[in-house]
Amino acid sequence: MRNTAMNMVHKLATRDERVLYIGSDPGAGTLRAMSKEFPKRHLIEGISEAHIIGMSAGLAMEGFVPYVNTIATFLTRRCYEQVAVDLCLHNLPVRLIANGGGLVYAPLGPTHQAIEDIAIMRALPNMTVICPCDADEAARLMEQTLDWTGPIYIRLGKGGDAVVSKAEHGFEIGKAILMRPPGDVVMVTTGIMLQRALAAADLLAAQGIRAGILHMHTVKPLDTEALLQAARATRLLVTLEEHVPSGGLGSAVAETLIDKLGSGLPAMLRLSLPDRFMHNYGSQDSLLKKHGLSADAIATSIERTLAASHTSSPQLHST
Amino acid sequence: MIQISPHAEAALTCTLDERSLYLRRLVLGSVRSAGRGHVGPALSLIEMVRVLYDDVLRIDPKNPRHPERDRAILSKGHGCLALYALLADRGFFPLSELDGFCGPDSILGGHPEYGMVPGVEASTGALGHGLSIGVGLALAARMRERSYRTFVLLGDGEINEGSVWEAAMGAAKHGLDNLVALIDYNKLQSYGPTDYVLPLEPLADKWRSFGFAVQELNGHDVGALRTVLKQVPAVPGKPTAIICHTVKGKGLPAAESNADWHHKNKLTDSELDAIRVAVGDF
Repeated sequence: MRNTAMNMVHKLATRDERVLYIGSDPGAGTLRAMSKEFPKRHLIEGISEAHIIGMSAGLAMEGFVPYVNTIATFLTRRCYEQVAVDLCLHNLPVRLIANGGGLVYAPLGPTHQAIEDIAIMRALPNMTVICPCDADEAARLMEQTLDWTGPIYIRLGKGGDAVVSKAEHGFEIGKAILMRPPGDVVMVTTGIMLQRALAAADLLAAQGIRAGILHMHTVKPLDTEALLQAARATRLLVTLEEHVPSGGLGSAVAETLIDKLGSGLPAMLRLSLPDRFMHNYGSQDSLLKKHGLSADAIATSIERTLAASHTSSPQLHST
Repeated sequence: MIQISPHAEAALTCTLDERSLYLRRLVLGSVRSAGRGHVGPALSLIEMVRVLYDDVLRIDPKNPRHPERDRAILSKGHGCLALYALLADRGFFPLSELDGFCGPDSILGGHPEYGMVPGVEASTGALGHGLSIGVGLALAARMRERSYRTFVLLGDGEINEGSVWEAAMGAAKHGLDNLVALIDYNKLQSYGPTDYVLPLEPLADKWRSFGFAVQELNGHDVGALRTVLKQVPAVPGKPTAIICHTVKGKGLPAAESNADWHHKNKLTDSELDAIRVAVGDF
């Protein structure tokens, strides 16, 4: 996914002279081909994220479309005020390409694990937040970024994620993709939780449970219409996210449902990481499994919740 | 022992001409109308802003977004009363707007906002942002082969922020000789002396070592400011830093070098009388 997104920056630069790549101190050779073809538009500016965001704002004020790239935690935590004031307050078309969203950097520990990035980016007025699920979707997303008004935060996965998105689904910022029609349950996913949801849906099907999947690649602006359609067509709405429970996809969905449906809420289950820093290493998959976000664990949680809901009224659940 | 710069001594003793007094009346009129404002930080800045807008910047108040205009960013956004006075006086917006400072429907807030105030290039107020934005503007001029120059006004307390020094390194890396940083070195920040809060000296050497061509002057000396600002870049291929030794609260004896006048929420009758004595009726 990361290589695809990077190569897309080069591709976009080829056809639009407004496009800049700005890295802090990325891996050796990052976008080498672009650096040779467009040396003046391939900028490596050092481990100075606060400055880089401000500088990108200045460039965007003059008509450029900077694609700023570094590790997700450094692109969100380190320079939050610059993102808020320089980018969002001025509503400038700067694209933040965040490597290693979620638990991609599991072995590197909590300084590198972006577990609250969706929440803090989503909280900012004018910010758009997108979490593609695989390389193909990342490519389709990047095509949409040239002329989008305002800043975009793009949360990338590890790379090598199974490709599950399909060209026929297309891609439009702010438009969710219904991957499977609503059934007894609808899982709402973002980013690489889609792959887990698809596998969980197969496990549930084997148990006679029909599971829909709504892929919410854009967490902000949230596709309210698609969400409400799904919510009205199912008994249980489940949000899946590689993120703390506060402020992410589950929060966005719950807020929308409360605002729009009020007392007509479906039962809801929010599956997420716990509200704490990870002190285990291993891999992205091992940490997801540990926190109940593997396909097996998701299917089990849904089965239990559906069974319980037969004997109780709709309510909100959370891990 | 830190030696006191002769420019700092000159800043303390120099007198102000009628235009400088007039601009102070505009600033203090806004403070009186609103009952609040960052008084000291605006009064130290007036001659810097005055010379920029009167003599240096290539700007057209009737066409404030002209692509070849020089860009000026007040990175120490809390000094906005000085900027508002100049912008109003130069015709970017009516002088009557100054009376609405901080009012519910005013375009003039306690920090300047892009899109609200004609002539304001960037919203500032959070410190340590302006120089990085300026680097972006200056780099864009280079890339687009445009002739405009970028001037960034920084506070001395503001340069406590590490982001300023990140930006300084970036400006030097790119050899941005179309970028000028002016530092309002009044030596007094909100709490007290800069030497107490976070010592800055040797300040000129710091900027030099970060790759800037450095000039120092009395920041209330209009002639010296004109001379230096009309000769930028000081060294081709390098960004310029102009350290302007100033006096916080300059022109208002009660406020001069007095941290209590950094920000005022209200003015007493005796304070208003003192202002009249200092700058004339306003």
